[in-house]
Amino acid sequence: MALLEVRDLHVWFALPSGRELHAVKGVGLDVERGELFGLIGESGCGKTTTVLALMGLLPSSASVAGSVRVDGADVLSGGEKGARAHRWTETAMVFQGSMNAFSPVKTIGWQIAEPMEIHGVASRRAARARAGELLELVGIPAAAARRYPHQFSGGMRQRAAIAMALSCEPKLLLADEPTTALDVMVQAQILELLQRLARELHLTVVLVTHDLPLVAHICDRAAVMYGGEIAEVAAVDALYHESRHPYTRMLFAATPELLGGKDVTSIPGSPPRLDQPIVGCAFRPRCDSAVVRCATDHPALAEVARGHEAACHLNDPATGVLSVPDAGQPAGGAG
Amino acid sequence: MSGRSGMSGMSGPILRLDELRTYYPARRNLVDWARRRPRRVVRAVDGVSFEVHEGEILALVGETGCGKTSTIQTVVGGFPATSGRVVVDGRDVTRLSGRRLRAVRRITQMIFQDPYESLNPRLRIRKAVEEPLQVHKLVASRSERRRLASEALERVGLTPAELFVDRFPHELSGGQRQRVAIAAALILNPRLLLADEPVSMLDVSIRAGVLSLIDGLRRERAMAVVLVTHDLSTAAHYADRIAVMYLGRIVEEGPTADVLRNPQHPYTQALLSVVPKSDPRDRFVPRVLEGETPNPANVPAGCRFHPRCPVATAECTVVDPALAPPRASRAAGHRVACILTQGPPPVEEREAAGANNA
Repeated sequence: MALLEVRDLHVWFALPSGRELHAVKGVGLDVERGELFGLIGESGCGKTTTVLALMGLLPSSASVAGSVRVDGADVLSGGEKGARAHRWTETAMVFQGSMNAFSPVKTIGWQIAEPMEIHGVASRRAARARAGELLELVGIPAAAARRYPHQFSGGMRQRAAIAMALSCEPKLLLADEPTTALDVMVQAQILELLQRLARELHLTVVLVTHDLPLVAHICDRAAVMYGGEIAEVAAVDALYHESRHPYTRMLFAATPELLGGKDVTSIPGSPPRLDQPIVGCAFRPRCDSAVVRCATDHPALAEVARGHEAACHLNDPATGVLSVPDAGQPAGGAG
Repeated sequence: MSGRSGMSGMSGPILRLDELRTYYPARRNLVDWARRRPRRVVRAVDGVSFEVHEGEILALVGETGCGKTSTIQTVVGGFPATSGRVVVDGRDVTRLSGRRLRAVRRITQMIFQDPYESLNPRLRIRKAVEEPLQVHKLVASRSERRRLASEALERVGLTPAELFVDRFPHELSGGQRQRVAIAAALILNPRLLLADEPVSMLDVSIRAGVLSLIDGLRRERAMAVVLVTHDLSTAAHYADRIAVMYLGRIVEEGPTADVLRNPQHPYTQALLSVVPKSDPRDRFVPRVLEGETPNPANVPAGCRFHPRCPVATAECTVVDPALAPPRASRAAGHRVACILTQGPPPVEEREAAGANNA
């Protein structure tokens, strides 16, 4: 059984206009114990909403449907009360801004110890001692527990945030753009840390990011999200070398490579609006290989190879028969 | 990647920095203030020299606090230069004022990182693009200004311009806004474009569009471009030359291909090694440096990189190296500030290289 099982997850936000924004549309995920899993997508694709739903941290304007199981236990059914029992103890999270979320007037050690006391995992004294150990685990001397956040650099504060997330021994760590605000050298340090934690603590890590090379280089498998849905999910090697969804392929083509001589091409147009119903494939207006069927049929996520799923009609042998290029949609020029 | 490096033809550089230094006083904390310690000085730019020629893109790369933004801010007059020269099109802007300075400012335009903040939310797109013409009192006729604004918008791919001119910035996507900012920068026909992280706020899928636009425009109009970026892969793709900055100094500079494929400075080597690659099969051996960049208010003596350098020697703690051609690269214009890599090659190596060439 997978450690994280997400089935048909939907999230709607009520907009002030009275309309609804369907941010996550039937997402399903299976992440194994000890796996480093990437969730890739651009802004507004629903990746952050998805992980916030896993933490039970969505605002009250959101309605959620579907099921989320962490180590077999249902997270969504018990409402806030049920979610609270899982938060930090089963599932913990690190954000892009975590390093700025520390209180400036309490020591780092105090702040790492606090969730352990609140969740009743350790007494105050034990929690303080454990805070020092946790700092060591993320590569900071235990003595630094007595310091205040302003005495830490950005990279150290982000490490401390990871230490704090690990304080209640969660099985699942959700890391939402944990290195986006950091320099490449510090990013490399944090990525090494996440890899080491997954290996040594058998921790399951879901890394949410817009940065493809980052996922390619530390994750085992990854899902690419577009318009609130999963477009493709596979081992990272297959995503790069045998991509079965045009969005994945075009996203790689839009990513510059340090030593690659290939042309970098942006994807025309912009992501779909999720407050309006979408007919057919959400990526069709920007797709370079759409066929007529894509305008009317919504493609479902289907297995295209062992452990490789994609939501694209081009993988369906039946589409081949009808494969007429779709001329109906101009490629919007200005990105 | 483009291999045009020797663009420096007969004409002089559009931009030349000569030992530029930009220092400013550090904010004192309460303890320093109470103990009456003197105000420390932040050496944001600490002796930077480079040239950018017509039709050339120079990428200024480095981590936060390395001084890349302060450098171009000094060029546009955002910070006063402490010493050194900023020569734009043959004129030293640090010594100009009034009308003469405005004339130089006109041919120097800048694009900022955040297209959500660089455009006035209350101005329609037409006004935002026309504004530079009004500021510099260049075109008196309103209809002519309108025509030029529409032309500028179409040049950056916002076609047809009528669709955009009456809109407000919030009605456009991020990529469209950055294109508007570029249109406004281009309407004065600048000879020098300074772009500070022009795509880092944009989604990956549209970055290439904005960068190819800048790339195309410098070719068409022989503009010199300084591209400030922390993203080495972006620099790799669009720049003709790369200058790597560390703590207010350029530590390595040269043609893009040479800096990337044959990096000489230990800092450049480490920086390149930690850039993740898209292909999971690519060999990835990060050489992670310990710690973080020191505070520019407290620059180490000797080579400023020595405390983090994996190969530093005793000499490195005392000698502050200047940029000089490296021993192991014969590329024209490849320079490095590291005593361990400079100097003529040993005789055997020179002979071997000659034999390879023959």
